[in-house]
Amino acid sequence: MALKTETMILNMGPQHPSTHGVLRLELELEGELIKNVKPHIGYLHRCFEKHAEAMTYPQVIPYTDRMDYLASMYNNFGYVLAVEKLLGIQVPERVEYIRVIMGELQRIASHLVAIGTYGLDIGAFTPFLYCFRDREKILSLFEMTCGARLLYNYMWVGGLSHDIHPDFVRLTKEFIQSFRPTIKELNDLLSYNKIFIERTANIGVLPLETAINYGVTGPNLRGSGLAFDLRKAEPYSIYDRFEFDIPVGQGLMGTVGDCWDRYYVRVQEMEQSLRIIEQAIDQIPDGDVHAAIPKRIKPPKGTVYFRVENPRGELGYFIISDGSPNPFRVKVRAPSFVNLEVLGELCKGHLVADVVAILGSIDIVLGEVDR
Amino acid sequence: MKTAEEIFDLLKKEFNDSILSIDKDTPTEPIISVDPFKIKDVCLFLRDNEELKFDSLMVLSGVDDANGEKIKDEDGTEIIKGGTLSVYYHLYSIPLKHKITLKVSTPRENPQVESVESVWKCADWHEREAYDMFGIIFLNHPDLRRILMPYDWEAGYPLRKDYKNPEFYQGMRVPY
Repeated sequence: MALKTETMILNMGPQHPSTHGVLRLELELEGELIKNVKPHIGYLHRCFEKHAEAMTYPQVIPYTDRMDYLASMYNNFGYVLAVEKLLGIQVPERVEYIRVIMGELQRIASHLVAIGTYGLDIGAFTPFLYCFRDREKILSLFEMTCGARLLYNYMWVGGLSHDIHPDFVRLTKEFIQSFRPTIKELNDLLSYNKIFIERTANIGVLPLETAINYGVTGPNLRGSGLAFDLRKAEPYSIYDRFEFDIPVGQGLMGTVGDCWDRYYVRVQEMEQSLRIIEQAIDQIPDGDVHAAIPKRIKPPKGTVYFRVENPRGELGYFIISDGSPNPFRVKVRAPSFVNLEVLGELCKGHLVADVVAILGSIDIVLGEVDR
Repeated sequence: MKTAEEIFDLLKKEFNDSILSIDKDTPTEPIISVDPFKIKDVCLFLRDNEELKFDSLMVLSGVDDANGEKIKDEDGTEIIKGGTLSVYYHLYSIPLKHKITLKVSTPRENPQVESVESVWKCADWHEREAYDMFGIIFLNHPDLRRILMPYDWEAGYPLRKDYKNPEFYQGMRVPY
């Protein structure tokens, strides 16, 4: 006669260092093995979509900053592109170049936080300090440009809020020079570290079909081995003018699509972003940073769905306009919201300590999950 | 690569009466309207057909059309009677690189739409969000709970155009 056993429910969060914010995971355990994971979200819900209906189109931009607060620049980027598509206006060349440079700098900054905190989750403290040291340099560049370090409100419909500082180009080039060796240092310290590999390789394998069915995008999808990047697949802005590669997970340390692959895709993406910035920084044309747009923005009736490649995946804005100065409906397809859904699938059969590793590798920002 | 009109003709041949219309006047994307109780079959066809292969659902969004009759409530606030709620589906095919937008409309007083969670798992949380914000009931959804609002929120559905903030929630004052 077998011993009678029953599963145990364990709550992880809402306050826990590894959940990167306010997220509660309801773990169903059998001994130390995970049987099921139920994420409970909504602790940071700030009704962005309801607020947006009471604002005019330009007034929504500061609110988009506060969704994914580690990649604010890119949220602005996606929103203004969606509104510009609805209006059917062209922005000056100079604006396009500066937007791409800012977007890619933001991608590096966001990945640095992801990598640093991922190391911290698993127990490596030094890479976290190195990553944040370099992120500070990027934030200083942003501060020089628009006066803010975290929430920029920099990209406006039809242009930018400020022109770049005269020293911006020189300092950005210096940053690129100083950052290249840091990536190598990071790889020696963390990526090829035996303890780190033991904790992440072969853990939380995400098969490609599952990833597509769950709608997973961004580095998590590329970690599963599909070279799908919206900057290449549907080039927006002027991304079709630059040469860069799409890093994909190859299963170097374990299986394709495991935590290590997802992590390493981010490390490689930072190098590709540097390449894009290097190409763009020398080509910035002279000109104005504001397109001629009407004082009151009133798009024609209609709907638009526009998506961009956020550092975390596909960020889409679905906007319905009824011809008034306020949007009738704004729906945000937040990458973290969709990526988090696959967590339960990944954790089954792993240990409690692996949940931390898997959650860190998905790289969520709770501000975007809850909006 | 198929255009929206070609996809519409294919669907019309397969489902005839369940595909209601195609709206080509929108500035950015044509929208195909579908019967809310047939949406799952239509989506399965779109996913599994060799010429279409819509393997990913980009986004599913609920919308309050606010096209009903606006009447004054006893306390002077506006409420909407009648009209419809809608759900928009944006689909994309990764191997064939084409997109399509579907739309279903359902009466505001009894909003019911068939769930497509069994077609794309991605729809699970999006449908829960639409239920949470608009009160649209998705039939055959495995786990239809509120997702962003508290589970015991009883003051209605926030993104409807006639939503009023409650005075109290669990004894706490809501407006501050």
